[in-house]
Amino acid sequence: MNLEGLVPFALALVLAPLLLGVINRTKAFFAGRRGAPLLQAYYDVAKLLRKGAVFSRTTTWVFRAGPILSLAAMLGGLALLPVGGFPAVVAFEGDFVLLAYLLGVARFFTVLAALDTGSAFEGMGASRDVTFSALAEPALLLGLAAVGREAGGLSLSGILPALTAATWLSAAPQIALVAAALLVVFLAENARVPVDDPDTHLELTMIHEVMILDHSGPDLGAILYASVLKLWILGGLLVGVALPVRTGTVLIDLASFLGGLFALAVLTGVIESTMARLRLVRIPQLLVGATTLSILALILVLR
Amino acid sequence: MTLLLAGLFVVLAGGFLSLFPRSSGLLGAGGAVAGCLMGLVPAFAVLAGGSPPSLRLPWAVPGGSFHVEIDALSAFFLVPILALSALGAVYGVAYLQAWRGRKAIGLAWLAYNTLVASMILVTIARNVVLFLVAWEMMALASFFLVVFEHEREASREAGWTYLVATHLGTAFLLAFFLMLGRESGSFEFDRLHPPSQAGLFFVLALVGFGTKAGFMPLHVWLPDAHPAAPSHVSALMSGVMIKTGVYGLVRALTFLGPLPAWWGWTLLVVGLTSGLLGVLFALAQHDLKRLLAYHSVENIGIIAMGLGLGLLGLHYGNPVLAVLGFAGALLHVVNHAIFKGLLFLGAGAVIHATQTREMDELGGLMKRMPLTGATFLIGAAAISGLPPLNGFVSEFLIYLGAYRGATSAGAPVAVPSIAAIAGLALIGGLAAACFAKACGVVFLGEPRGAHASGAHEAPRAMGIPMLVLAVACVAIGLLGPLLMRTLAPVLIQVTALPPADVVTSIDEAARPLRFIAGGAGGFLVLAALLALARAVLLSRRPIHESVTWDCGYARPTPRMQYTSSSFAQPLTDLFGLVLRTKRRASAPRGYFPGEAAFASETPDVWRETLWRRLFAGATWGFSKFAWLQQGRVHLYILYIALTLVALLIWGLR
Repeated sequence: MNLEGLVPFALALVLAPLLLGVINRTKAFFAGRRGAPLLQAYYDVAKLLRKGAVFSRTTTWVFRAGPILSLAAMLGGLALLPVGGFPAVVAFEGDFVLLAYLLGVARFFTVLAALDTGSAFEGMGASRDVTFSALAEPALLLGLAAVGREAGGLSLSGILPALTAATWLSAAPQIALVAAALLVVFLAENARVPVDDPDTHLELTMIHEVMILDHSGPDLGAILYASVLKLWILGGLLVGVALPVRTGTVLIDLASFLGGLFALAVLTGVIESTMARLRLVRIPQLLVGATTLSILALILVLR
Repeated sequence: MTLLLAGLFVVLAGGFLSLFPRSSGLLGAGGAVAGCLMGLVPAFAVLAGGSPPSLRLPWAVPGGSFHVEIDALSAFFLVPILALSALGAVYGVAYLQAWRGRKAIGLAWLAYNTLVASMILVTIARNVVLFLVAWEMMALASFFLVVFEHEREASREAGWTYLVATHLGTAFLLAFFLMLGRESGSFEFDRLHPPSQAGLFFVLALVGFGTKAGFMPLHVWLPDAHPAAPSHVSALMSGVMIKTGVYGLVRALTFLGPLPAWWGWTLLVVGLTSGLLGVLFALAQHDLKRLLAYHSVENIGIIAMGLGLGLLGLHYGNPVLAVLGFAGALLHVVNHAIFKGLLFLGAGAVIHATQTREMDELGGLMKRMPLTGATFLIGAAAISGLPPLNGFVSEFLIYLGAYRGATSAGAPVAVPSIAAIAGLALIGGLAAACFAKACGVVFLGEPRGAHASGAHEAPRAMGIPMLVLAVACVAIGLLGPLLMRTLAPVLIQVTALPPADVVTSIDEAARPLRFIAGGAGGFLVLAALLALARAVLLSRRPIHESVTWDCGYARPTPRMQYTSSSFAQPLTDLFGLVLRTKRRASAPRGYFPGEAAFASETPDVWRETLWRRLFAGATWGFSKFAWLQQGRVHLYILYIALTLVALLIWGLR
């Protein structure tokens, strides 16, 4: 346990919902709207936590356990993420495997909760979610193997700080390829365009949103919060790889990390404003493409 | 040693006693439970560091003596075999009640107990003849269990396939052992020494043991035979019997001496193929037990990948990779026994309650069978490799070994390591998808037919074994680091590395496992706290019950739910090239459509292509000799006499 890691952990708990606000503001800017307040996600979570709940008669305890287990998994994942100059709360060899599988835990129970409603729509979303995430997993784990070899480390808190500007200079193509793969994983896992459209209004076209149609009240609040934490975790991973500011001065490193993360949020907003969602049959090609990028990076690293 | 042999005797005696007409199977099950519990004592004693007991008795059979021994490797395989056999026996008492009066239950127990006894004997035999006899006993006992419902054509077909496959495998083993014994000049295991053509022997062992283990493409018998057997037998066959193949392979490797790199590569490729195709074919199934059977192929693949990495680590002098690969593979043997046993028992409870294995007719069983549902869900999460359960621990070890190889070793180790990472990642995601489907379609939602809506919870004798196994899934997830210690003597024996190196590597591997165990505990505590917070938040709020959101459609029916086929459709389409799913559909026509139907079936691609052709060829070839078969006994006696004379002459030469 690294107690200093609790600082960025707490920071993430507080700031993560802001990412959603930044993305939505960016999209509003492109659309020429004023947009929702930057703090809208905070308001939403607060309001949902104060509400009662409606449960479908079809559902069982699995439906009720889903949001809690997802949130617990995300909090666990967050504890494994090193940020800026800080090591993660928990760091050990192969911690990123645990991180990837914690995301898997959250997904597994979200999917089961969706199937628990017996709704065709939620089944559809669940089916798509497991399909795309199964394809995204190799891209993530192979990409991390590539940067792990480049940095000579086996834990995130060893790998990410070792990716300095000097590493970038000597191995720019490799790291850029991994960063590109991680960007695709980031967009896919967080249900953003071009994989999923969080703003869609038609159940038939949703993936993540349709799985949580039946949740309400504090459960929905937990889901919303877990999803912004996921945005933070995968975004943090991407920024950690792509932004090699390692001055050793805690404040500068932390500030550059946060700057990078919110720039990523802006980039996500830009992507969502300038791109259409891919057709569902095209998405596997994108994800396999990301895996290919990771493999290419590995080949370059091995060379 | 005496205790285990006494246990063996008790198991067999129970089997024979259950043949008495009035016994209800309690004698058979009681014998199995008592014998297995007796056997667990020496097995645990050896794993705890005790000296391996052995016994050597002279016997009349040619080829050495009656020699048995419990060394660390035997003990490591014995523990899951004994534990799962005992639990399966308890479960079987209740499960076989349904056939009471219609079937010879006593015979089924005789076969079950013989299967248990022969598995014990296989792991402790130290003589080629004894080993092969036990191996054959195991095959025959399980064959009789597979054809338990021999009035069904599918069961007979499955039994036939199994019988052919297992004997082809045994033929390879016969060649392996006889040739090895001839070169070594002894049929005692401890006198077998590395042969000159080790590569040939490796292939023989790989095919022979791989057929039992279910390596692709030798797995064809598996998805037929496991579903056909009664569920507690499926649990035993899938959980531990196929592991005797892994045991045999590992044992064979200890005979073969220094190993070339291509053995490791072969096992890795076999593992990747079995793992990936196993899980893909599982995804395409909608028969619950068939799906589970394909997952056994997948998990055997993961085990083979671990072994392959271990061999490569040994070859390239990378002890950490060797230890991690073997440790992950061996631990996965135990873990798979636990969760696959659990899942097959759960599937049995579902079949017991609903009389169908067709997932698309089930649904909503979580409410009707809460214990079965909850334990099945734990098993499903465990087999998907999700933390904080046991499946993650063993997969993590293989991952860790592979990442070590991928990040710090030279290209000859790094490339296979990367392949293993890619394979494990894809397999993991697909397995999670498949078990989300199995769990979701069978237990969640609304019943899709009358079978499911009238279901009831399983009787207690079936519930308790499932509960025990589910607890074991959680316990191993939390106690991973402790298990690593018990692996040390096994790994020292298997890798033949200096004990100090092995212990150092194990300690290194145990360090992250401690974090994972702590993390698993933390996760459970965190989830409990969040659940508490949720309960507090909701305690003073209005909570309503309603229907599932249906987009305003007024008359939703359970038939509108996603089914197992539709859930897996994006993935099966994506991999359609290998799966070759056959679809039959009659689309709705006209403005007021009447009937519409859809059915899909995914037969095994290896069976349909490779094996069908091969056996068609064999049939054609053998039909040329049909004139030999006249159906007259005196002719056959003549053939035997002629053969003997010919052999005599050849011997005199």
